[in-house]
Amino acid sequence: MRKFNVLAVALGWVALMNLAWAQIPAPSFGVPLSDAEIKQFSITVFPDGRNLPEGRGSVSQGRTLFQNQCAVCHGANGIEGPSARLAGSDGFFSISDPLRFMRIRKYPLLVLSVGAQWPYATSIFDYVRRAMPHYAPKSLKNEEVYALTAYILHLNELLAKDAVLDRDTLPTVVMPGLSRTVSGWPEKNSPNPEMAQ
Amino acid sequence: MKKAALDFVAGGGLIERRSFLRSGLGFTVASMMGALPVAHAGAATPGVAAQPSSRPVTPLDHPIGAQLPAWMKTAGGADVAYGMPSPHEKLVVRKAKEDAPQNAGFAVWHTPIETQRGIVTPSGLHFSVHHNGIPDIDPQRHQLIIHGLVERPLRFDMERLLRYPMISNIQFLECSGNTAANAMSPFARDDSCQDLFGQVSCAEWTGIPLSTLLREAGVKSSAKWVIAEGADGGSHTRSLPLSKLMDDAIIAIYQNGERLRASQGYPMRLFVPGWEGNVNVKWLHRLEVTDGPAHTKDESGLYSEVLSNGDIERFTFHMDVKSVITHPSGNQVLPEAKGFYEISGLAWSGYGKIRKVEVSADNGKTWAGARLHGPVLDKALTRFSIPWRWDGSSTTLLSRATDEHGRTQLNRNQWKRKYAMHSFNHYNAVQAWKINRNGKVENTYA
Repeated sequence: MRKFNVLAVALGWVALMNLAWAQIPAPSFGVPLSDAEIKQFSITVFPDGRNLPEGRGSVSQGRTLFQNQCAVCHGANGIEGPSARLAGSDGFFSISDPLRFMRIRKYPLLVLSVGAQWPYATSIFDYVRRAMPHYAPKSLKNEEVYALTAYILHLNELLAKDAVLDRDTLPTVVMPGLSRTVSGWPEKNSPNPEMAQ
Repeated sequence: MKKAALDFVAGGGLIERRSFLRSGLGFTVASMMGALPVAHAGAATPGVAAQPSSRPVTPLDHPIGAQLPAWMKTAGGADVAYGMPSPHEKLVVRKAKEDAPQNAGFAVWHTPIETQRGIVTPSGLHFSVHHNGIPDIDPQRHQLIIHGLVERPLRFDMERLLRYPMISNIQFLECSGNTAANAMSPFARDDSCQDLFGQVSCAEWTGIPLSTLLREAGVKSSAKWVIAEGADGGSHTRSLPLSKLMDDAIIAIYQNGERLRASQGYPMRLFVPGWEGNVNVKWLHRLEVTDGPAHTKDESGLYSEVLSNGDIERFTFHMDVKSVITHPSGNQVLPEAKGFYEISGLAWSGYGKIRKVEVSADNGKTWAGARLHGPVLDKALTRFSIPWRWDGSSTTLLSRATDEHGRTQLNRNQWKRKYAMHSFNHYNAVQAWKINRNGKVENTYA
């Protein structure tokens, strides 16, 4: 009988501890983030134009900026490298650019083209603003980023030479890469179908 | 030594491994390998135990050190605060690929995979690719923020993050451009395994399950994707499906037991098991929960694939099943014709565990199952080996891995048919090493 009491007390104690344990919340050490802090860091621009800033920039402003700050890596026409090709078709060969094959031997990444492959023009703004120029990223004003985006689109014959871009017009530019786009996600033959939502 | 008969299991001299070990010949390999380092130390090895007989006999009263090397007759040197490899291993280093545009802070460093044994890559040899150089981050000031489609936008400093429960896994990391040269080049370049396969490594990654932090922030039901951003100069950014991040992604803070190396994302990186290296965002500082992808620079261009019909496939995350023979491999020379060798290599799959690796020593006419060395881990490099007697003639070695889901490697022609001529990512075709009659090992297309 005494043994039974000891056991009952012990069991009760374990049950109580479990209850107390269950009431301890999961670790949560995060600090609430203010709207001002979010605004400071939230720089991603989405394909529908969400999060594009005020301001506007023209092709002609962009041409000057490009020659001064970009041509040293991308070439005077945006196709010479060594950095990524900004204009024209992708691939090894090009009728309009017969020297391409020679350049690719030196800089293989020039087989790719921003103008031919990127599906959304908003991504140009997003990337130039966050990462360009490489030697001084995040140094351009929003208007300069609009202007450079406009010039790169003009190099690809997607904007007229007198065009001006802003938060309303940029998302309306249709990129050739969009119609070529297929999504690898969710995967068609995934062995983990529950993950492919 | 008693010589037992060897059983061949396939053409070209592949040997049944149990008969190989039984015969004792497995132990003689070490002394024959020369250029190919083989770890069978500790065995009674004829030729190593015997001292050269030409040395003069030492008189009994002579100091015993007379014939011994200097290091056995002097006090040893002092140890150091942080250990480094022996200076004699100074050639075992990473190699920068020079065909990437160096001016733009874009750097690609290949691991010397053919010098590695076992499955864990030393942190200092882990491959790395940077698009904007390595930022010099002060961990005291670095913060991780989570915002977007969450109930409670949150920020975490290092001190707070280090209080969370952590998990560890030994897992591989591979750049989607690993082995791109064999995908693109019309002829097989005579390159080393490091040149061709050096963008894969494997480490023990320790950190906080991302699901813990996302649950704390309270993900809204409309959320489907997360945009992950680094704190480097270029704010490297990738869009990732929420389902994968909730499944097994971690905020990695430790690599092989110590805090991340700067080139691997110090003080923290996203680690997304089995998925292409580029999404494992280094120097992670921001997670924005969204309803769709952002189509960032890398997912728009360099990290998409051009299919044979011209379509561009985006968001191809998994690194598919792949393998390579590292011993012997490109640019090495087999030291002895008709000698015994241990063929050894690595296999991995971004979908799970490796189930089997087959090896051919006659260019694919016949195959034999290699031994998988434990541990065989989920989404980790897996070591395989098979003994081989080279008959001295020209031949080609192949390896073909199959994972637990039955996914297996295509040959190069089958792989090329899926993609445009200039597409080079996610190349996982069967690798072929040609063995020339003079013993030189060369990259080839089978």
